[in-house]
Amino acid sequence: MRHLLAFFCCLFGLLAPLAQGAESDTTANQPPANIAPLVLDLTQAKLNKLLPILKQLEAVSDESMVPLFHAMMNGDLYFIKANRQLVVATEESGQRLYKGLYSHAMMPSISEDDLKKIRVNNRLRGYLRNAIARVHLTAASPDVREAAVRELLAHLDKDTITTLERLYPNEPNKKVKETMGLALAMNTASQTNLPDSTRIAAIDRLSTSLENDVRNTLTTLTYQDNPAIKSAAQTALKHIAQRVERFNFLNQLFFGLSLGSVLLLASIGLAITFGVMGVINMAHGEMIMLGAYTTYVVQLMMPNYIDYSIWVAIPAAFLVSGSVGVLIERLVIRHLHGRPLETLLATFGISLILQQLVRTIFSPLNRQVSSPSWMSGSWEINPVFSLTLNRLYILAFSLLVFLVLVMVLKKTSLGLNVRAVSQNRNMAKAMGVRTAWVDAMTFGLGSGIAGIAGVALSQLTNVGPNLGQDYIINSFMVVVFGGVGNLLGTLVAAFSLGIATKFLEPITGAVLSAILVLVFIILFIQKRPKGLFPQKGRAAE
Amino acid sequence: MSRLSQYFSAGRTSGKHTMPFVVILLALTAFACLSNLLLPADSVFHVSTYSITLLGKYLCYAMLALAVDIIWGYCGILSLGHGAFFALGGYAMGMYLMRQIGDRGVYGNPNLPDFMIFLGWKQLPWFWHGMDHFWLAMIMVVLVPGLLAFVFGWLAFRSRVTGVYLSIMTQALTYALMLAFFRNEMGFGGNNGLTDFKDILGFDLQSDHTRVALFAITGVILALLFVISQKILSSRFGKVILAIRDAEARSRFIGYRTDHYKVWLFVFSAVIAGIAGALYVPQVGIINPGEFSPINSIEMVIWVAVGGRGTLIGAIIGALLVNYAKTRFTAIMPDAWLFALGAMFVLVTLYLPKGLVGVYAQLMSKRGSKTPPTPPANTTASVKESNA
Repeated sequence: MRHLLAFFCCLFGLLAPLAQGAESDTTANQPPANIAPLVLDLTQAKLNKLLPILKQLEAVSDESMVPLFHAMMNGDLYFIKANRQLVVATEESGQRLYKGLYSHAMMPSISEDDLKKIRVNNRLRGYLRNAIARVHLTAASPDVREAAVRELLAHLDKDTITTLERLYPNEPNKKVKETMGLALAMNTASQTNLPDSTRIAAIDRLSTSLENDVRNTLTTLTYQDNPAIKSAAQTALKHIAQRVERFNFLNQLFFGLSLGSVLLLASIGLAITFGVMGVINMAHGEMIMLGAYTTYVVQLMMPNYIDYSIWVAIPAAFLVSGSVGVLIERLVIRHLHGRPLETLLATFGISLILQQLVRTIFSPLNRQVSSPSWMSGSWEINPVFSLTLNRLYILAFSLLVFLVLVMVLKKTSLGLNVRAVSQNRNMAKAMGVRTAWVDAMTFGLGSGIAGIAGVALSQLTNVGPNLGQDYIINSFMVVVFGGVGNLLGTLVAAFSLGIATKFLEPITGAVLSAILVLVFIILFIQKRPKGLFPQKGRAAE
Repeated sequence: MSRLSQYFSAGRTSGKHTMPFVVILLALTAFACLSNLLLPADSVFHVSTYSITLLGKYLCYAMLALAVDIIWGYCGILSLGHGAFFALGGYAMGMYLMRQIGDRGVYGNPNLPDFMIFLGWKQLPWFWHGMDHFWLAMIMVVLVPGLLAFVFGWLAFRSRVTGVYLSIMTQALTYALMLAFFRNEMGFGGNNGLTDFKDILGFDLQSDHTRVALFAITGVILALLFVISQKILSSRFGKVILAIRDAEARSRFIGYRTDHYKVWLFVFSAVIAGIAGALYVPQVGIINPGEFSPINSIEMVIWVAVGGRGTLIGAIIGALLVNYAKTRFTAIMPDAWLFALGAMFVLVTLYLPKGLVGVYAQLMSKRGSKTPPTPPANTTASVKESNA
């Protein structure tokens, strides 16, 4: 009996703080005093009486209103029957939980039976969406204001226009003001009771914009009876279409350049080993793959510093791929000197081994490499033209790698030796160049750069054991097309193939454009076996 | 001069081995067939139908290796795209078999293969017309790979694309074809390829008798192609081919149109590969774009390298051994096969430039009285010279 009593005491002791916690939750979950009566009304009114209450709430015009509107719009707003406090339903790991709207504290003790939902219909939802945007119009950050105006463009109503007209003259930010002006012009253009001249002026103003909603407005205007408005809207649309066309062209160009930069990165190491040394390295793709996996491993080792991991990954990938390259050169390629077909086969064998090795260590599944935050997102120049940042960075990076490589070959003593050996091996040897050492270093350099390419590729595609295979044939094409032994040729070839592929793509589809480019190169090589920029003079042999 | 006489004797010695090899090949084929058909299933010598099909597959691969060896071993042209010719021959046969299904497909349409109905096609594309005739399909088996090889070879050899460049170009060719055949719009079944075959010339493909017959036919055709190749290569034409391999520029200066010789040899080789593909498809029961993948084409090269290039017997033995090893390996430890294959590439090129046949010849010469001249398998000189 005593034990039972003790047990109950303990149980109460455990429960007491919990009950207290729930109590304190509910006391903190009170709306600010100025809107408390309105919030209370919200829980009592019928569905068709809610709109006026919401309008009054909006009139307070405070960002603290946004969570309420948001929750209500999504149908997640409830109130506790007992004390009429507002709570928000959230889904967490498949479980439905309730959170105080104002306290932001979880309320684990509350179940569905204690609650009543605040109902919402489509009309209210539309109103709430605009109301949220309108509240954001007065936000401190210009970006939030800009986004809010854009959001409002899609469904302009009377309330919005009044708000915009009120805010427009005082808007400090130029860009936000311009967008607001656009919204007002859209409204002016659609008003049938205004004089034609005013409306045509508004349409002219609209013709400078590329917004989707503006185009929709203009399209509806072309269906109107008023001939002056109709023709003005048509001209404006034509003007916009021309600009869109121009930006689409730029967009394709950018994607072409981006593909070109990937091809350049993938093939530039090959341009060294194949072009300068004359060694066919079928395992080149696997050097790229090793670089990509190095990036993955580096990220695994420093999970909290993803943003900086790339700066570790680049030299690490260079070292890993480079040393594997040196190893391959020392162990295999050296023994096959002057037998290009045998070198091809042996390095192909190495590529199989490396692929299977990676499959055994990391599993055959693709691995996800996350991009650093400063590389994700895009640079929006206007609504129809935006550049993804990672592609932009990789484009710049590929050019940088190219320049560094050219400098290494032109300005360093290693570069001098490499060029000497590639031009005349025996003479270089006679002059005291350690050709074996130069071979190993050149091969290491080419492989290391392939590793760096792997770091870049890991930001664009999945990292898997077949990563290298996807690029090897194209890389060879680039090098052969550009002219063997010519780094500049590789640059030109990579970008022209990239751009050609991307411009063919909308016409023929992605696969067929890749095929056409391949066939083109096959035919091109028949015509000019030495590529775009054949070597001249003694080096040409 | 001594090199020249060596080549003549090389031609003679391989001629000496031809008849015994053909006899052994045909005898083994006949034995396997008869033991499958006549011996009871529990006999020690009984060869199961599964093994018969497997052996038939190996023989197709051997034929393919023969094709690769003819141009690589004898002419120094390393093709990394012979899988393309093999697959094209296979597709031609596959189209015939597909049309034989008739209305027994899942959708039961007598005019259209299943995949076309699945893709919503209304009528047969023009290149499928007539493929329900066996004779036309057989012409296509020879014609399509032959024509492709002719066009490609004519373009490549005329502009003197040689050595590594040619290898990479052939690889690009098969890669481009693989991408093309993966497209549904091509009309060859896309990703899934052609499969679910029912019968060939009215014989059920699943029955033991048909399978044994197909195997026997493969064996006979392999022997036939082996003899024909041997004859061609030891003829005057073959001598010029050898001369081109060892010193292309020199042969050209003497007055031979080396590009013509190379083109016709390339076409011949492609036709053999096409026939191999056509025999392969009914036995395996499927053809899909994976056959075009560059890795398949490069694997063929290693069969030849292992067996010993420059000897037709070596190519056939290499193909049989490597594929047997592959079957065993992938059954016991699947992951290790690619390691083994990769290592084979490296080790054979480093230590066995003449393949197993070369090792055998070396052993014979060490043991022996008279030195049987080993067929030269070294194309180094030719590659160097043709690049120059």
